[in-house]
Amino acid sequence: MEYGLDLEYSFNEFLKGFGLSSEIAHIIWLPLPMLLVLVAAVVGVLVTVWLERKISAAAQQRIGPEYAGALGVLQPIADGLKLLVKEDIIPAKADGILFTAGPILVLVPVILSWLIVPFGQNLLISNVGIGIFLWIALSSIQPIGLLMSGYASNNKYSLLGGLRAAAQSISYEIPLALSVLAIVLMTNSLSTIDIVNQQSGAGILSWNIWRQPVGFIVFWICALAECERLPFDLPEAEEELVAGYQTEYAGMKFALFYLGSYINLILSALLVSILYLGGWGFPIPVEIIAKFLNLPINSPFIQVFTASIGIVMTVLKAYLLVFIAILLRWTTPRVRIDQLLDLGWKFLLPISLANLLITAGLKLAFPQFFGG
Amino acid sequence: MSIAITTQIICFTILSLVILIGALGVVLLESIVYSAFLLGGVFMSVAGLYLLLNASFVAAAQVLVYVGAVNVLIIFAIMLVNKKEDLKPINDIKSRRIISTSICLTLLSLLIRVDLTNVWSLSNPQNSIGEESTIRIGEHLFSDYLLPFEVASVLLLMAMIGAIVLARRDVMSKDISTGLPVDQELIEKSSEPLLTNKN
Repeated sequence: MEYGLDLEYSFNEFLKGFGLSSEIAHIIWLPLPMLLVLVAAVVGVLVTVWLERKISAAAQQRIGPEYAGALGVLQPIADGLKLLVKEDIIPAKADGILFTAGPILVLVPVILSWLIVPFGQNLLISNVGIGIFLWIALSSIQPIGLLMSGYASNNKYSLLGGLRAAAQSISYEIPLALSVLAIVLMTNSLSTIDIVNQQSGAGILSWNIWRQPVGFIVFWICALAECERLPFDLPEAEEELVAGYQTEYAGMKFALFYLGSYINLILSALLVSILYLGGWGFPIPVEIIAKFLNLPINSPFIQVFTASIGIVMTVLKAYLLVFIAILLRWTTPRVRIDQLLDLGWKFLLPISLANLLITAGLKLAFPQFFGG
Repeated sequence: MSIAITTQIICFTILSLVILIGALGVVLLESIVYSAFLLGGVFMSVAGLYLLLNASFVAAAQVLVYVGAVNVLIIFAIMLVNKKEDLKPINDIKSRRIISTSICLTLLSLLIRVDLTNVWSLSNPQNSIGEESTIRIGEHLFSDYLLPFEVASVLLLMAMIGAIVLARRDVMSKDISTGLPVDQELIEKSSEPLLTNKN
């Protein structure tokens, strides 16, 4: 069932038309999707920041940003410019090297994880075989950057914030990985493309959320905890820790943390939509639409329609989840650190283990519904 | 020479240099925090070497286990007990250094000998399994390597139980290290949440 636009192939063929060798064409092609994804991630952050400001304003019966552009849409750009031109301060008693390396180590793994996010059959940077496992591995690097910046700041609040962040990431990584494992068990593959294709049989009815309701909730809670969003933003709890590991940071280094946390939020929302909400799939299967319009499935119109609807659906689902995350942030109180760790270790971990066992059992009992 | 091979050689050189310099830094640097962070860098570069060998699953597992778990725990432990205290100078530091260097050099020569005498059967790039390796690793873990796998998990369980016993002294009536009876009141105080004490 290999259909869809293959931009890389057509681009390479186009360059070969000018007499370039296939290797040169490949090298010219390589940076393009990376650049595109980077731009998409940054634009996604700008949109999310604007949404966050507007929705929080609505939740608190304020107006929110209004003067920068229509409805304040340019406000995030103004924020970004302000951070860009601010003085870059390294505290006198801080450890300069680690202080600089910390934010980089936080941001880079998050951006690298976009490697595996598919927006369509061939619309991703690389369909690596280990797919979703790469994301789990990369997201485990982040605590090192947080510990590093917490330690290098030479400030007790920063150190406590860094330690809390690391403890939180480690505890929530395990239920997260176990709920992903249940999906992988049903798909028989780690690749994100295969995970979406396995859900594309009957439109909305075949999405994983119906087969993995418990896994969906566990994954969503853990993803919020990994992003350090309220109700789980203990590492930067302002009443207790000033701003946690970010306390001493200013200017562009602070902006890297800010960017990292928002890119991570969008990435988590995208992954939830890929793992549980059918990824780029339209709620009604494309085959039925093609039959309704009396067009063959490989006709150019249907191909372009599928690709564009794929991108729209992925982004739409992701932003629906981002909306829920923002709403949660502005309506729920923060949990205590012991409640946070209890929730992770004593509640989510056993539940996700049981979910994995039940999924394995159901897969043996009903192979046609739970992946054979 | 094709571009792909040149890229591989450049990557291999950089990764090996990072591993060698990083590993030397881990051993020789005075600051334990720097050593711990450099160790993470060395683990990452080893994962990069696995990637160059087309073993993407092993590379990701290396990052997850060694960087994400082992190294984070090491740094965590260092930062929890990071007391600013001057260590007492050791008298016979010179002879100790000579002994440890000679032991390391002996091990190195043993490794070099293994490297030179072993006949390395380089597989043809055409029959490398690449992405399929995940499936092969799974098959091996559930058939011929099942016993070592399970034994390793028992070892980890033992370490975990040991750590819990050491951390939670209240399960014992006597202190393990000193043999004195444990002050139960102190334990109860520490296990209560801080907020409930404020009346």
